[in-house]
Amino acid sequence: MDALEQLIKTFFDWEAMGAVLPSMLTVGLPNTLTLAFSSGLLGCILGMLLAVMGISRNPVLRWLSRIYTDVFRGVPAIVTILLIGIGLGPIVRQLTGSTNPFPLGILALTLMAAAYIGEIFRSGIQSVEKGQLEASRALGFGYSSSMRLVVIPQGIRRVLPALVNQFISLIKDSSLIYLLGLLSSQREIFRIGNDAAANSGNLSPLIAAAALYLVLTVPLTHLVNFIDNRLRTGKPEKREPDELAAPIGKKA
Amino acid sequence: MTEFTSGTLTGKNLHLSFGHNHVLRGIDLHVEKGTTASVIGPSGSGKSTLLRVMNRLIEPDQGDILLDGRSVLKDNPDELRQRIGMVFQQFNLFPHKTVVDNVSLALRKLRKLPKDQAHAEALEQLDLVGLKHKADARPANLSGGQQQRVAIARALAMKPEVMFFDEATSALDPELVKGVLGLMADLAKGGMTMVVVTHEMGFSRNVSDTVTFMDAGVVVESGPPEQVFSAPETDRLKGFLSDVL
Repeated sequence: MDALEQLIKTFFDWEAMGAVLPSMLTVGLPNTLTLAFSSGLLGCILGMLLAVMGISRNPVLRWLSRIYTDVFRGVPAIVTILLIGIGLGPIVRQLTGSTNPFPLGILALTLMAAAYIGEIFRSGIQSVEKGQLEASRALGFGYSSSMRLVVIPQGIRRVLPALVNQFISLIKDSSLIYLLGLLSSQREIFRIGNDAAANSGNLSPLIAAAALYLVLTVPLTHLVNFIDNRLRTGKPEKREPDELAAPIGKKA
Repeated sequence: MTEFTSGTLTGKNLHLSFGHNHVLRGIDLHVEKGTTASVIGPSGSGKSTLLRVMNRLIEPDQGDILLDGRSVLKDNPDELRQRIGMVFQQFNLFPHKTVVDNVSLALRKLRKLPKDQAHAEALEQLDLVGLKHKADARPANLSGGQQQRVAIARALAMKPEVMFFDEATSALDPELVKGVLGLMADLAKGGMTMVVVTHEMGFSRNVSDTVTFMDAGVVVESGPPEQVFSAPETDRLKGFLSDVL
């Protein structure tokens, strides 16, 4: 039974978990969410720009979007984070005097997320029937107003599930920012777990980190399913007043 | 039906090619103010393309388009299309907006009306097509015939001088066709200038003032409905009529 005990002690040492949990919740969680939300938001903005460029009639814009997407989708996250974070770090330090790795970490995560989000948006926009653009143009709207008011809003709705998936991977990828060197107050969930594990030689803090990631991501995956379902079947129809009246009438 | 400020529309020697495919080969079409011109012909004859060229959704390679006698080819095409309403075979309502927002969108964003006023005008238009009670529904929850009537209201809300109908009843279930055709006939009676691309020979014969028969990108015959339907001159028109009637 020694081996089993050893295993349980290595992975499920409740005391070690309890010790790391407060800092994980008060420091790690806000930092992880800051990284994921800000790069998710910025990634959506840049991604939309890439998507619109990608379907532009101007071939130069199309190519720029294509090249950007291919590069940032094709390079491993860890390489991008190191290149941006460590490569641009000294310049940022000279310009601003700040050694905070968050801005560059967020930049690196944003640049990568934008490549994926751009493709998601582009596929959504291109899936909208041609007749929608035509009907909008026929009303007298120009190309850009038609895209903004009619085509893009429909395209975004169709890809909401894919967008949430992308956000889930951002939550996970944000852990890679530890490569840039973090002060104790800058650590995100993974780094806190990893530090505690390294100090104690016990892996339980990492299990705690994993559990916390699941707490964040599992509800999101279910949100995806909910949105997907809602988009497929539509909002539950509001009943007409007479339909509502009928069951009441029956009871009376 | 309300009065319309309709205009006279003329297409002169319109040509259009997609690569080697010469779709329009010198089309002339004149629609006098307040009249209805129907355009008939086999599929692939260029009827729908003609409509799209005449409101410059597709720019013609050659020829001229005149509205009330003035060439509109140098105008801003977006402004031209505000003056020409268009109704499509597949309705093309905006599914992410409610029925009333479908109608008021262009009023708000193009006519720059305040929200309340645009909403009120949209409701008025919906009332005209008998669908005011569906104002807050989504297009997907309407029947095809209702959707097409909303599409007509959406086009009419911009107070167009000319209305285009591109096979407006072809995608409808047979029992819904009549309502839409009736609405179109009302518009014609109300003095709207209309160009109606249609496979509904009854409508073409009874409602329109002129009938134009197109085949392979040219106008083969045109004239008043009695003449075109009762005394066709060309073999192509005779053949087409015997196929569809």
